[in-house]
Amino acid sequence: MNTKNSQAPILECKDLCISYYTRAGEIPAVVDFSLTLFPGETVGIVGESGCGKSTVAMAIMQYMGANGGIKSGSITFKGQNMTHMSEEELRQIRGSEIAMIYQEPFASLNPSVKISTQLIEVPMAHEGISAKEAWQRALQVLKDVKLPDPERVMNAYPHQISGGQQQRVVIAMGLLSNPSLLLLDEPTTALDVTVEAGIVKLIADISKKYGTSQIYISHNLGLILETCDRVFVMYSGEVVEEGSIDSLFSRPRHPYTHGLFACIPLPTADKNAAPLRPIRGQLPLPHERPQGCYYGPRCDHFIAATCDGEHIMMAPVEGSAANHRVRCARWREIEHDRVIPEGIGEQPVAVGEYILEVDKLQKYYEVRDNSLKALLSGKRIRHIKANEELNFRARKGETVAIVGESGCGKSTFAKVLMGLETSTNGEIRHNGVEISEIAVRDRSNKQVSSLQMIFQNPFDTLNPSHTIGSQISRVISKFGGKTEKGKIREKVMNLLDIVKLPRDFYYRKPRQLSGGQKQRIGIARAFAGKPSMVIADEPVSALDVSVAAAVTELLMDIQREQKTTLLFISHDLSVVRYLSDRIVVMYLGQILERGSTEEIFSPPYHPYTEALLSAIPIADPKVTKREIVLEGNLPSVMNPPKGCPFCTRCPRHIGAICDNEVPPVQQVNGRHFIKCHISLDELAQVEEVIHVPSKAERQQTVHPTQ
Amino acid sequence: MATLIAKRLGLMLFTMVIVSLILFLLLDTNLAGDPAARVLGQFASADQKSLWLAQHGYNDPLMTRYFHWVSGFVQGDLGESNRYRAPVADILGPRLWNTAILGFWTFAIMIPLSLLFGILSGMCEGSKLDRTLSVISIVTTSVPEFASSVFFAAIFVFGLKWLPGTSGMAEGFDWVQMVLPVMVLVVYGFGYVARMTRASMAEVMTAQYIRTAILKGLPYKTVILRHALRNALIAPFTVIMLQINWLLSGVIVVEFFFAYKGFGALLLEASLNNDVALLEACAMVAVVVAVTTQTLADIGYTYLNPRIRFS
Repeated sequence: MNTKNSQAPILECKDLCISYYTRAGEIPAVVDFSLTLFPGETVGIVGESGCGKSTVAMAIMQYMGANGGIKSGSITFKGQNMTHMSEEELRQIRGSEIAMIYQEPFASLNPSVKISTQLIEVPMAHEGISAKEAWQRALQVLKDVKLPDPERVMNAYPHQISGGQQQRVVIAMGLLSNPSLLLLDEPTTALDVTVEAGIVKLIADISKKYGTSQIYISHNLGLILETCDRVFVMYSGEVVEEGSIDSLFSRPRHPYTHGLFACIPLPTADKNAAPLRPIRGQLPLPHERPQGCYYGPRCDHFIAATCDGEHIMMAPVEGSAANHRVRCARWREIEHDRVIPEGIGEQPVAVGEYILEVDKLQKYYEVRDNSLKALLSGKRIRHIKANEELNFRARKGETVAIVGESGCGKSTFAKVLMGLETSTNGEIRHNGVEISEIAVRDRSNKQVSSLQMIFQNPFDTLNPSHTIGSQISRVISKFGGKTEKGKIREKVMNLLDIVKLPRDFYYRKPRQLSGGQKQRIGIARAFAGKPSMVIADEPVSALDVSVAAAVTELLMDIQREQKTTLLFISHDLSVVRYLSDRIVVMYLGQILERGSTEEIFSPPYHPYTEALLSAIPIADPKVTKREIVLEGNLPSVMNPPKGCPFCTRCPRHIGAICDNEVPPVQQVNGRHFIKCHISLDELAQVEEVIHVPSKAERQQTVHPTQ
Repeated sequence: MATLIAKRLGLMLFTMVIVSLILFLLLDTNLAGDPAARVLGQFASADQKSLWLAQHGYNDPLMTRYFHWVSGFVQGDLGESNRYRAPVADILGPRLWNTAILGFWTFAIMIPLSLLFGILSGMCEGSKLDRTLSVISIVTTSVPEFASSVFFAAIFVFGLKWLPGTSGMAEGFDWVQMVLPVMVLVVYGFGYVARMTRASMAEVMTAQYIRTAILKGLPYKTVILRHALRNALIAPFTVIMLQINWLLSGVIVVEFFFAYKGFGALLLEASLNNDVALLEACAMVAVVVAVTTQTLADIGYTYLNPRIRFS
């Protein structure tokens, strides 16, 4: 992608200030935002929630709701100032010149209108072409976004196609009138990892094929690296650093950018060698921003008088690639080498006896089909095989991750383990006791307290009308064996200390807490009864990068201290790589591969593991990886393939045997197993997916001149 | 879809059987008072009563009598009204037709008006227009029919002398006589539907797909008509169907007040005069209407909401 700097810019935002006007007064959402976008260029805006990145996109669209407005500055699109346009002029630009792609594809499609209608109305409204012509165009674009069977999709309603297909439809909708600017607001956040990889590749292809300029908004630095030419890092409503991908990713100048990088687990890091370094403190509220540098209170390089005086302006970074600018008073003085931290690691936890043994576990759900046809043919009850023959074990103090995309049965397994469901067949032994058929209501207090769970969404799991203190106290009085009020209180305070929250949170209600704080309470609650095993179901996926890093570290610390076995359920392989000792890869209710983290991340791989690894976005330009994009969708669990569950999408499909016969479980060595028809020798020949340069190579490339 | 309709029809039939049984036990047996006394009056002697009971087959076993009654009903023999001394079917038919006319005009005015009000206020929630329309809807809905009947009569009949005070239609059908009853019913009913529509529309307008539609650059009219309306109408549709049920009882006051010869007035008369056969027939008609509208509402709902249709 070449940036044709000789041409006139497509979009120019100049000193843009956007405010929301509420009863509490004016809230500045975005301050002093400048951006110039040339034809064919892709610019990324990265930042955590609340930093104003979506506000910028909505301002470009001139759609800010009744209480938002541009306070000063201008947005110039192809030479016209958009801030002075009438509704009608804006309407003609929206959808034809500037199109937008949204975070949640399902919510942005109208549920009761057919996809064909939603597509053809775009060119019909803007170009006045006939319905028939628009239909042909829509069909063509659906083919361009690589949707299988576009005719069927045209006649479907949004709920009848999968999430990845919905996002492709939304992208097609954006492309229909061949816009010159595409705004993408977290387009893959709601999607599964392998689907995400497909969409990202599609977006990159589009910008090449159509020459569309793009603004890509994301919280994920890895995705920005893969898609963009230039990147803007936003913090608390302002850009703190901008530059070309190469320049900014290899030598970030702003302490916040550094902080972000230190918060994401890189494929080279694991929890014992290089713990994540979370950014301390919290994002300031828009009306409580500090003097001078907004990042000041959280910055390690803060110096009074220099950093909290006048507002700091963007300054170019000399000796760097073009357009690298930074908003920091001390960028020249701070050592900016992004060296991989070493030596500050922790001792790995010594693993003990087996805490959990899962043996041939099966969980089937019955579904009743109530259609007339099923009534007549008598086939009313069908089985969904949510879990099929799960085998694995976990030792004391070990972290075992279960990895897989949505619908792979990982949450079902957690439910069976917790006793929210009972198994159909097979055994789960926890501390040697069979528990798979005991519902949680019939388990003893001791069994329940020794097996606890941390939930995905901290916002929904705390009771909004009880104080934090009373919610944790209840767990202690039930499981902790303590009955005296004073002692319970003392224990709660103790737990608050452990999760690093101030003691006066005892009296707070959940709504007064931020997402990360709520998740800490969730962790405190889970650990209140001294469990021997904790199941964490995507505990950080709903949190921002810096908050997630802090919560992850906390979890690791407590685990180290209490020697708890942690069952970590996740779809994010980079986090999994970072914190787990062993990994179980699931697909359609079956385990395809299991082994230690090292074993999973190096050949021989199961072909599905290989695809999962390739889908990890890595925020390091020096790391190279092999591109494997899976075609097609996850098959329905109602109707899984007869042979290998992965046969419909497998890039290494070897013939009819894959479709018709259940593959054997092959033992690679020790506790590393792969369920595949391909021989181990052949799988071992496969090249590494992620290539991490050695330290020597890295040092060389990072400091070309010094 | 076929299964759904078959199921709804089955349920409809089942409901009607149950209701008819309850009706029969309440009105036609001595579980709740003496049927002979209901017809002959309190001062009839014991001999007269037992003679009447024997003549009318009341000494047969209960089930036989029930099946006799139901089979008559199914064949259109609704029994004989002892107030009008005529077959119930002959009386009920014209009365139902009159109420249907009244109901049709009420709905023909009320539904478009309330949908328009609701959609306009839902489109611009919080605006002056929204507040004005909301106040109108709430005020009209909170005035009961008997009050508004008196009120409108005072204005249009006694004050301005524009309209007749009764709607007996003594000299055949007369448009002018229809105005007041329809007006009272519309004023009472439309506010409720308008409020429901407003809430539904306001919710839809905040949905992300409306943002998508606007940012696609569609004309505002298309955004409203194609993307907002259909989703916004899902909830009010059920309410509108329920309003048909409400109308059947709602007409009692209005028909009585304006002496309109409809179903409501008939129901009132039947119950005041212990006219058992007539009462049973009226109740069964009400049940049929209630169950039919619910079935239609369910089918219509699945049509409006494709997510239900295909799951």
